[in-house]
Amino acid sequence: MSDKKVTIEVDGRKLEATAGQMLIEVTDAAGIEVPRFCYHKKLSIAANCRMCLVEVEKAPKPLPACATPVMDGMVVKTRSPLAIQAQQGTMEFLLINHPLDCPICDQGGECELQDVAIGYGDDASRYVEVKRVVKDEDIGPLIETEMTRCIHCTRCVRFGAEIAGIRELGATGRGEHMRIGTYVGTTVTSEMSGNVIDLCPVGALTAKPSRYQARAWELTQTNAIAPHDSVGSNVHLHLRRGQVMRAVPADNEAINETWISDRDRFAYQGLSAGDRATQPLVKENGGWRPIEWSDALALAVEKLRDARAEANALAAPHATLEELFLLRKLMAGLDAPSLDYRLRQADFRATSAVPGYGLSIADIERLDAALLVGSNLRKDLPIINHRLRKAALNGGDVMVLNPVDYEFNYPLGGALITSPSNMVASLAGIARAVGVSADGAIGELIDGAAENDETNRLAARLTAADKAWVAVGALAEAHPDYAVLQAIASAIAEASGAVFGFLPMASNSVGAALVGCVPSDGGLDAVQQLSQPGKTSILLDIEPAQDCLNPAQAMRTLDETAFVIAISSFASDSLKACADLILPMAAFAETSGTFINGEGVWQRFDGCVRPLGEARPGWKILRVLGTMLELDGFDYESPAQVHDEVRAMIGDRGIDNSLDDPGDVEPWRPKGMQRIGDVPIYRIDALTRRATALQQTGEPVSALACINAALAKRLRIADRGQVKVGQGGKSVVMAVRVSERVPNDTVWCPAAVDGSELLGPQIGDITLEKA
Amino acid sequence: MANEVCFRTLHRDRSWTLDVYESEGGYEALKKVLAGDWSPAEVVDLVKRSGLRGRGGAGFPTGIKWSFISRDMPGDKYIVCNSDEGEPGTFKDRDILRYNPHALIEGMIIAGYVIDAVAGYNYIRGEFWEPYERFEAALDEARQAGYLGKDILGSGYDYDLHTHLGAGAYICGEETALLESIEGKKGQPRFKPPFPAQFGLFGRPTIINNTESLASIPDILRQGADWFRELGVENSGGSKLFSVSGNVNRPGNFEVPLGTPFAELLEMAGGVTKGRKLKAVIPGGSSAPVIPGDQMMDLNMDYDSIQNAGSMLGSGAVIVMDDSNCMVKVLDRMSYFYHEESCGQCTPCREGTGWLYRVVHRIETGRGRQEDLALLDDVAARIAGRTICALGDAAAMPVQGMLKHYRDEFQYHIDHKKCMVGAGG
Ligand SMILES: Cc1cc2nc3c(=O)[nH]c(=O)nc-3n(C[C@H](O)[C@H](O)[C@H](O)COP(=O)(O)O)c2cc1C
Ligand code: SF4
Ligand code: SF4
Ligand code: FES
Repeated sequence: MSDKKVTIEVDGRKLEATAGQMLIEVTDAAGIEVPRFCYHKKLSIAANCRMCLVEVEKAPKPLPACATPVMDGMVVKTRSPLAIQAQQGTMEFLLINHPLDCPICDQGGECELQDVAIGYGDDASRYVEVKRVVKDEDIGPLIETEMTRCIHCTRCVRFGAEIAGIRELGATGRGEHMRIGTYVGTTVTSEMSGNVIDLCPVGALTAKPSRYQARAWELTQTNAIAPHDSVGSNVHLHLRRGQVMRAVPADNEAINETWISDRDRFAYQGLSAGDRATQPLVKENGGWRPIEWSDALALAVEKLRDARAEANALAAPHATLEELFLLRKLMAGLDAPSLDYRLRQADFRATSAVPGYGLSIADIERLDAALLVGSNLRKDLPIINHRLRKAALNGGDVMVLNPVDYEFNYPLGGALITSPSNMVASLAGIARAVGVSADGAIGELIDGAAENDETNRLAARLTAADKAWVAVGALAEAHPDYAVLQAIASAIAEASGAVFGFLPMASNSVGAALVGCVPSDGGLDAVQQLSQPGKTSILLDIEPAQDCLNPAQAMRTLDETAFVIAISSFASDSLKACADLILPMAAFAETSGTFINGEGVWQRFDGCVRPLGEARPGWKILRVLGTMLELDGFDYESPAQVHDEVRAMIGDRGIDNSLDDPGDVEPWRPKGMQRIGDVPIYRIDALTRRATALQQTGEPVSALACINAALAKRLRIADRGQVKVGQGGKSVVMAVRVSERVPNDTVWCPAAVDGSELLGPQIGDITLEKA
Repeated sequence: MANEVCFRTLHRDRSWTLDVYESEGGYEALKKVLAGDWSPAEVVDLVKRSGLRGRGGAGFPTGIKWSFISRDMPGDKYIVCNSDEGEPGTFKDRDILRYNPHALIEGMIIAGYVIDAVAGYNYIRGEFWEPYERFEAALDEARQAGYLGKDILGSGYDYDLHTHLGAGAYICGEETALLESIEGKKGQPRFKPPFPAQFGLFGRPTIINNTESLASIPDILRQGADWFRELGVENSGGSKLFSVSGNVNRPGNFEVPLGTPFAELLEMAGGVTKGRKLKAVIPGGSSAPVIPGDQMMDLNMDYDSIQNAGSMLGSGAVIVMDDSNCMVKVLDRMSYFYHEESCGQCTPCREGTGWLYRVVHRIETGRGRQEDLALLDDVAARIAGRTICALGDAAAMPVQGMLKHYRDEFQYHIDHKKCMVGAGG
């Protein structure tokens, strides 16, 4: 499209536009309302609803504003008798077969058809024939269908083809028999599928989890930041009587555009889980007893005083910036150096100070090449994957080095799929092909690496690209040689002129790094804290059975720790098994705070519903503990004060992906089979794990082992049978699947699922035998 | 003067074979084009000068359509032939495929050479099994003879033709739905612009023409643009195939010069059956508005004459009706067709065609209401000109035409719950 400016006249107003822009874009920008159903700024133009017909001078018939490119001097009338007559005509056609069951429709009150009908429809129908009735399909636990209401705008179909990258919904049949559906009756599985609920202008596709629960006009809307991943998607929460009823996207072009992932949309369901922590609890003689807040706090203070400098603390990277800051301040006040947020990191030999994307989210779609090292990006960070998909569809090469051949919704520019232990050598091979020259041990490793066709191809594409990105993902973080992988990846980026970055998982991973939730001199990192029992440990919003690299060891260590204080929104059985005191904390939407996303953008949010029961905002709990411990500087009156102090402390520091030399590079050598324990999309945090609808989507929720056919044959294991999987002396019986996505001698056995808490490190040695 | 162009070889035994076609001057035009006797630009010019207008229904000048694509445009380009022939009453392309397939093949090769296309596709109506086999056999012959494939006749030009059999949807005759269908997608029209010349098959520049249009090309080159133009009349160059059906004694295809009086055409078709009175004629396929018999008897069969009478020459399907026909019943059948054949993509056509049919059907079955005629006028007006493709217009126009000329018959049906014409419902 050229950038030539043209002037057009709409309803008597002169408007500036770019030649070739569609008329509706120009009227939208000028705030002139043109009714529409099929048009959507993020989807291709279908021009099928015919609602946006307007009068254009010199055109013999009304033209659709969504599909009419502007031309200099064009004179448009959106409200002339001809335009109105055309729009009313379309409206009447749309309504003749629409059930008009608004009183029982979930879309009622926020339905585009209803809204437009009020402006353009007639009150009496001239259509006296029998209306069309369409049978519904069950397309899964997230989306409810009522296809009789469908107006065939195909927004949902285009979303699937163009945005989700899987054509799950399509049109079949002709004329009045045209139906929108899955055709084969499958469920919709895209990680972004819920967006069709917002796109559907009528009540044909609505949110299943919230259906019939509230009418649109009973809801109030607030802004929030999705707390599940490092994207920090902007959302609106819809509330009724102090309860979150729904989450929908809020537009932010720089972050999530108009989309959110299903995780960000439906995880709010976890807020009403049965095991929410609603009152302080203390363990006594193996049982649990509710106690008063004052007693609970006093007990915590006593135990922290006992331990003082020997106190340990672990924080979830989805805690707010204010909570993380106060925890760090509290630990500093106790002179206790053992603090960490990197619960899934396996190797601490060297790491970046503040790992983040390294480029802006919007820039990701403009990349010419990207190399992902250890990432199931589509499930880990759906919105980042969406941006990268755009880059790929634009001709960019997205390449991966992964231990599992994960499914992407666009063609990859190259893929090296190899066992975790081989990832180091493969990455070194790419480095060598790129021409990295490094000193020391890393240099030797690279010089000794083997190149092959695939490493050379990946390297060539990376080097040839104008704008390239090398990004290290969540699976690399759990790798025993994380430090080495980072060092090589960073060297590849440098040698190929690419940006180096990380794909931090949690909503506040960057914030936690920036406030310094890491061990200070002589302090213990997360792995050390969870391998040697100490005196008193604080767990800030953590479920050790699910949220740690090595849950079996974590549970054992915490069990043996003299006193564990859990500040938590949930009081799960596993937490109760290892904690001694539970301080109920306000959850998502119940507290104000700040997240810093993977790009380094600060996003503040307010609490919008009251904490459940006696739960209190985390910052208040930590403030009171600080005061009771008589530490300096804990006399805050508002979270804003805390925020201002963090701001001042962090100053203009941001993402810092520079690395130290890992020194020792002696690689991990597996003894036999290796485990790949990634965290499935709906197991990422406590809230998501309790979102019942997400748990029913078919994504892994309970222990499962996947092996390839070669290994299955060798061990005489049949697909869909049972196997006994062992790590660190413990074993679990689980279902087995045979899949060619898994390399030789590896077991893809997800972490953070039911049953996996008895297992060891996410990546490490594993045994597997017929059960 | 009949059978001058597409039916020129019809008098020969086994006219569809390569031998017969070549013995009648077939492939001479192609040879001259490949030998450089005319440059590609000159070919386009000849086609323009011949006055050939698209025979698929819209009557768009073929030479002008060809000039939208330049030979020098980089990347793949395609030729597509529309042999879907779904317009009710039309059956001429079928006979070109059966009796003169090589004329079409030669025309498609010339068109391909002119724009330097990489391949051509002929989209044949799914029910046309015999014509399909004839065409395939002819393709084989042409390949054997070196007219298709690599380095055609030593010219260095590589080009081949492929057939694609439709599956019975009328809408797949609409050019962009046809392209979608070849691409393996649901056959529904694309929004235009962009037109196929810019964004055609597989998103590449494409010329799409009707079978008769393309099969006319070799003779235009061989016998001259002027010869062809002068066969017809002003604005309607050449001769045209008319498929005459309905209440005539000898229904069939007749290739006659454009401008031939309808009365002569009717005569060729043996006149109205049983000597009955001519009541009405649909002159250009079911989408064209009906013309009363008296008026028709004074008209000539060319684009302008028929258009001035308020209808269209369309695909050249002439449906003749005598006075035993009930116009309500006729419209009932036609409306049902458009209702069934709407692709369903755009609102006015998806919802409106069904509405039209139901109202007409209600009148036909004696359940009409007084307000129904005004309702039909209104619904038809709200469809016409508001849709993505011309099927919407095609559904509205017969209704408008019938109500214009035979309103009293409809009113009688409503008032008396029965038919004015004895034979009707
Ligand atoms: C609903 C509909 C059906 C059509 N069916 C046919 C058809 O069967 N055969 C045909 O040649 N053109 C058909 N057309 C016209 C084509 O869209 C197109 O105009 C034609 O193939 C162009 O070729 P021409 O310029 O040689 O006529 C149809 C158009 C519409 C709107
Ligand atoms: S289901 Fe909704 S979004 Fe999809 S075509 Fe129907 S009305 Fe449009
Ligand atoms: S006018 Fe009818 S056939 Fe044409 S695109 Fe619209 S719905 Fe389909
Ligand atoms: S919004 Fe323009 S046709 Fe649907």
